[in-house]
Amino acid sequence: MAGTYTYPRYAYLTPPELHDGAPRRHPVVVVGAGPVGLAAAIDLAQAGVAVVLLDDDDTVSFGSRGVCYAKRTLEILDRLAVGADCVAKGVSWNVGRTFFREHEVYHFNLLPQPDHQRPGMINLQQYYLEEYLIKRARQLPTLDLRFRNTVVALQPGDDGVRLQVSTPDGLYTLAADWLIAADGARSTIRQLMNLEMEGKVFLDRFLIADVVMKADFPRERWFWFDPPFHRGQSVLLHRQADNVYRIDFQLGWQADPEEEKKPEKVSARIRAMLGDEREFALEWVSVYTFQCRRMKQFRHGRVLFVGDAAHQVSPFGARGANSGIQDTDNLCWKLRLVLDGQAPDSLLDTYSDERVLAADENILNSTRSTDFITPKSPVSLTFRNATLALAREHAFARALVNSGRLSVPAFLTESRLNTADSADFAGDMVPGAAMDDAPLRVDGAGGWLLDHTGGHFQALLYVLDASALDAAQTAECKQLGEATPPLEVVVVSPKNGIAAGGLRVFADCAGRYAERYDARDGTVYLIRPDQHVAGRWRSFDANRLRTALARASGHF
Amino acid sequence: MPLKLEANFFEPGQRYWRAYTPGDDFYEALIETHRGLSDEQSALLNAKLILLLANHIGDISVLREAMAIARQDV
Repeated sequence: MAGTYTYPRYAYLTPPELHDGAPRRHPVVVVGAGPVGLAAAIDLAQAGVAVVLLDDDDTVSFGSRGVCYAKRTLEILDRLAVGADCVAKGVSWNVGRTFFREHEVYHFNLLPQPDHQRPGMINLQQYYLEEYLIKRARQLPTLDLRFRNTVVALQPGDDGVRLQVSTPDGLYTLAADWLIAADGARSTIRQLMNLEMEGKVFLDRFLIADVVMKADFPRERWFWFDPPFHRGQSVLLHRQADNVYRIDFQLGWQADPEEEKKPEKVSARIRAMLGDEREFALEWVSVYTFQCRRMKQFRHGRVLFVGDAAHQVSPFGARGANSGIQDTDNLCWKLRLVLDGQAPDSLLDTYSDERVLAADENILNSTRSTDFITPKSPVSLTFRNATLALAREHAFARALVNSGRLSVPAFLTESRLNTADSADFAGDMVPGAAMDDAPLRVDGAGGWLLDHTGGHFQALLYVLDASALDAAQTAECKQLGEATPPLEVVVVSPKNGIAAGGLRVFADCAGRYAERYDARDGTVYLIRPDQHVAGRWRSFDANRLRTALARASGHF
Repeated sequence: MPLKLEANFFEPGQRYWRAYTPGDDFYEALIETHRGLSDEQSALLNAKLILLLANHIGDISVLREAMAIARQDV
């Protein structure tokens, strides 16, 4: 098979425990260096937390696997300092087209609004994402990344976890105050703890092929229902980096996976799809089935489950890796506050609550897509085809065509961390929403709202004239910086200006902040470290902000 | 009133964050209604459903328009 990618081999080093035999206790151990475990470890280590990251392998993901990385994920990856690498290498896209038999019936645009830094989605082979994350991880002095370290036993306790780890040099014991299980769908940690997943298996098989070819397919997602080249089934095409195309063929449950993986069989399918004699080469072929299921809760004492270890979805919607990275974004700031003694341990229960809700939304949407794509009964197939037939002409039917509802962040509107609105606001930036981006000028340079927020609590105070803030108000703002946890007040203003007392000023140069956040003179937003809105008001009141800050950091 | 052909699904009191959600809510409920039925039973259910909805709409000119569109390309 063709090879556009050279798999790196990362060196195994004898762990310090095996050098001197002394057992060590670490504040955080992460198991699994896939995209989710790496994101968790980087997020914590960037903030100075000492993290040990264990992986049973010494290279990156084999095959393209997770391919689509959504806008929200890119915004999180930006904060982990790998977003730019991913976007530069990946194929950015916003438009998806859906075909029924010979004709296009529907297309969508993931990002119809202007003035966002990141596209709706990029396609990038998972091995690149992992390579960039590993490169970033190795820059962080408090991140100890250990390859070929396999967890074989686990002892959970009230104040920590003891792990037995197998290495080429033998076994050793590791103690952790907190354990993050990011070890994938077949999580060893989950199995060692005898924890169950609940949900359903779908009786269908899909063939995925990474195909290297020179082709002029646009930078779009193309999905076919019942195409002439693959009758009665569906096909999905994504363009990735390096002229590699990812093609998913639905096979049906009766298909024999070993037979279907044979290169001559796969090549014939691709030849039929291309409809011509152009050159192509197979790079990777796999047959998959899938499940939609989750753990009842993602926190079990000192063990926190993230990503596929905690929940799995069908691939239609790109809600797997994307939701896993959003898990870590939700978890890491909470864990950091608990480690620093700035929040009660119960704050971590809200990680489970909020991400269980997000997992349910992801499972709901990807199950609905799967049911539309692979109807389970004749009547369901009839409705599906009737919808597709009407969709060519009628808008209402186009809205029902479901070839995947692509990953978007959940609105955590029911979260206990939110302070409810006490005034009317237009738009979607409700308490619990992930922040919308907006172009800004900061210190005279162009930038983006999401590049200047996150990592700590912030209050965004919108004023028409930053220089008009009086000394008493700025002093109150500065005092919030001494709160527990600290709260940074930032002034957002339509005009460039300097606020008294050294407060930072974001100039809302295009007016998008005011528009998207329905901001008027005096409007304040309280923003969590993961860029979710925690509360908002029409006027600045330091005491009210302190109360909301306490709630948002787990003091209910 | 002419037949509505723009997306029109909603549920009173519900706020939707994604445009596709109300349509998907309906579609799931529709397929779920048929769960476990034989083809014959499903056909009967569909007929009853059409009669119920037709009576609810009431305006026969609207129903004629819908019937004409449904008949196309069948």
